[in-house]
Amino acid sequence: MQPSVNPGDCACGCTKPSDFSELDLILAEYKTVPGSLITILQKTQSLYGYLSREAIAHIAHATGITQAKIYGVATFYTQFRLKPIGKNLIMLCQGTACHVSGSKAIEEAITKEIGISDGETTPDGLFTLNNVACLGCCSLAPVMMIQSEGTDETYGKLTKDSVKEILQSIRDRDRDREVKQ
Amino acid sequence: MRILIGQGSCGIASGAKKTAAEFAKLAQSQDLQLDIRPTGCIGICYLEPIVDVLDDAGVRTRYVKVGPAEAAEIFEKHILGGKPVKALEIPTEGKAFLDAQTRIGLKNCGLIDPEDISDYIARGGYEALRKALFSMTPDEIIDEIVKSGLRGRGGGGFPTGRKWMQVRRQAEPVRYIVCNGDEGDPGAFMDRSIMEGDPHRMLEGMAIAGVATGAREAYIYVRAEYPLAVHRLETAIAQAEKAGCLGRNILGSGYDFSIRINLGAGAFVCGEGSALTASIEGNRGMPRVKPPRTVEQGLFDKPTVLNNVETFAHVAEIISGGAAGYRKFGPEKSPGTKAFALTGNVCNTGLIEVPMGTTLREIIFNIGGGVRNGKKFKAVQIGGPSGGCLTEKHLDMSLDFDSLTAAGAMIGSGGLVVMDEDTCMVGIARFFMNFTQHESCGKCVPCREGTHVMLEILDDIVSGRGTPDQIDTLLELADTISETALCGLGKTAASPIVSTIREFRDEYVAHVVDRRCPAKSCSGLKRIEIIPDKCKGCSKCQRVCPVGAISGKLKEPFVIDPQKCIKCRVCIDACSFFKAIREE
Repeated sequence: MQPSVNPGDCACGCTKPSDFSELDLILAEYKTVPGSLITILQKTQSLYGYLSREAIAHIAHATGITQAKIYGVATFYTQFRLKPIGKNLIMLCQGTACHVSGSKAIEEAITKEIGISDGETTPDGLFTLNNVACLGCCSLAPVMMIQSEGTDETYGKLTKDSVKEILQSIRDRDRDREVKQ
Repeated sequence: MRILIGQGSCGIASGAKKTAAEFAKLAQSQDLQLDIRPTGCIGICYLEPIVDVLDDAGVRTRYVKVGPAEAAEIFEKHILGGKPVKALEIPTEGKAFLDAQTRIGLKNCGLIDPEDISDYIARGGYEALRKALFSMTPDEIIDEIVKSGLRGRGGGGFPTGRKWMQVRRQAEPVRYIVCNGDEGDPGAFMDRSIMEGDPHRMLEGMAIAGVATGAREAYIYVRAEYPLAVHRLETAIAQAEKAGCLGRNILGSGYDFSIRINLGAGAFVCGEGSALTASIEGNRGMPRVKPPRTVEQGLFDKPTVLNNVETFAHVAEIISGGAAGYRKFGPEKSPGTKAFALTGNVCNTGLIEVPMGTTLREIIFNIGGGVRNGKKFKAVQIGGPSGGCLTEKHLDMSLDFDSLTAAGAMIGSGGLVVMDEDTCMVGIARFFMNFTQHESCGKCVPCREGTHVMLEILDDIVSGRGTPDQIDTLLELADTISETALCGLGKTAASPIVSTIREFRDEYVAHVVDRRCPAKSCSGLKRIEIIPDKCKGCSKCQRVCPVGAISGKLKEPFVIDPQKCIKCRVCIDACSFFKAIREE
């Protein structure tokens, strides 16, 4: 275990200690708890939206776990992302019930509306589309969950038209916010 | 007066939060003290949002599909006026949906406030733990579970009592209890409902398992995709610790038992025991070779009891009501009840709990109300990607662990996806194979390579490039993979293929020989045709076709060359006036 890192000393290349000050709080809490690598990665991702190379190097340095192992874990689980995502993360359910109720057509409608397919982000950084395994709301199939700014909203019984409306309303909402700011 | 509003994930998705806000707003405007509480999922998902009004005498009136407008009406007429609104009450078929069930695991779901431990205690909660601590020895507890015949509800159906006994017998003094809440089966959500609707019931079951096996620490492994379940579990654990039901010196017995939550990170294979413990330890969730088994060397290489959410939710009932009471339900070898998630093309979707041994006909046609939109029943997929499909001829079969295994399916975690005549069974097999291939951890060759090859073959078949010999190749591969794969995921990966070929071989043949999809659902096998009677020979379609597949003489019917057609459908749009081009 490393003591607090001086500026310029850290192996991850960060130049000032404040680069990862929030992450350091997480690391301080978990680095001595056995088996908490996944928890650390989950908290890091919710902090920065994704796992950057620098963050992974920093975690490796602080915990003594090799970068190779961290990448092994991070790439094994679908939850972890190594690239930044858009403001609104669309998680489109691909479970059995949604498949039977036509999730393919919903995916096409989303692609048509915002021009991205699975795993991509819109150029304006507003939306990212991810196909996910069952969200567990099978009775409302087809379903998607949209994650924006820490809140999760589930939308059920989707149709091509309702998807269009939902995406449009999010776009309007975000535009209004920008104007206000 | 108390108002309970169903706020499981599905209730919230149907707008229950807005309904709750409306009630709160109205109560405030009238300066009325109303006890507005969230509750879990009652299971009648198709009628959400559901609101229960309990008057001071404890009489419950249940309203369904309550939006803000209905909330206002109920508030004015029932809460202020004292007269229930008959028109908004649960319809008879909704009542029948509930009355046809026997609830043990879901007993409190939808009836209590999951975020308030006193609700659970008022319904006899933690009494079973008290009994286990003070009037039973660990051996007596295990003996009772063995006698009850409880089998793991997560899919395997291993006798729970025997598992506990094996852990108790280990020489190693440090043991763990692990609850598998990584409900990954697409189409199953009973564990989510229990965690969201009645978390204490499962915690109590885990604590009893701890007392019985001598474990003092427990982990719950929950999917990160279930944020509400995680929140409710965290609340429940904090409240139970405060009330002395968990933590140090539980219920004053001198026994310590603490529970921690670990979030899964999205890997289906982590439902497998050794992969799950690897994941809790912070590693890649890959299964290992067994033995040693989890009961001998599980979490951190210590003896571990690993059961799923629903199994733990049955424990308290067995301890307080006795094994004999539990055995009243279900057949001799699979006693008790089982929750099923009823979804797909069925009228009444939702979560049900019925005695083991109930027939599919009873579940789909009586409780579920039959196939949606008056279509014909084709099959039901049970047990998710590891299970199989059951057809018309299985409708009267008893649903229990052993009869399903004999029929080449498995109960799995209890997802029932009903499929109507428009569902292509080859497409379903491909869907599951795509899922399993994606979720294969890549450790053992048969699963990693085998699922890949099987998926390629199925892709060929659904896109019209299949050959007849591929059907037998699939069966041969299925045989090899189930014999040689390392874990349950691989061993059962081919089950959907094998069972669909067995029941619907003619559909496979139609795909590879006639290049036709009988359910008309595989887009690769669709054909675009010009209807000669309707075509006026205007040549518009010919002009828009990007590949020159359309030919003909002006003012005479045109034709499409299927060899050249790329099915882009541009011609269909071009012919919107005469509608002379159709997709078959």
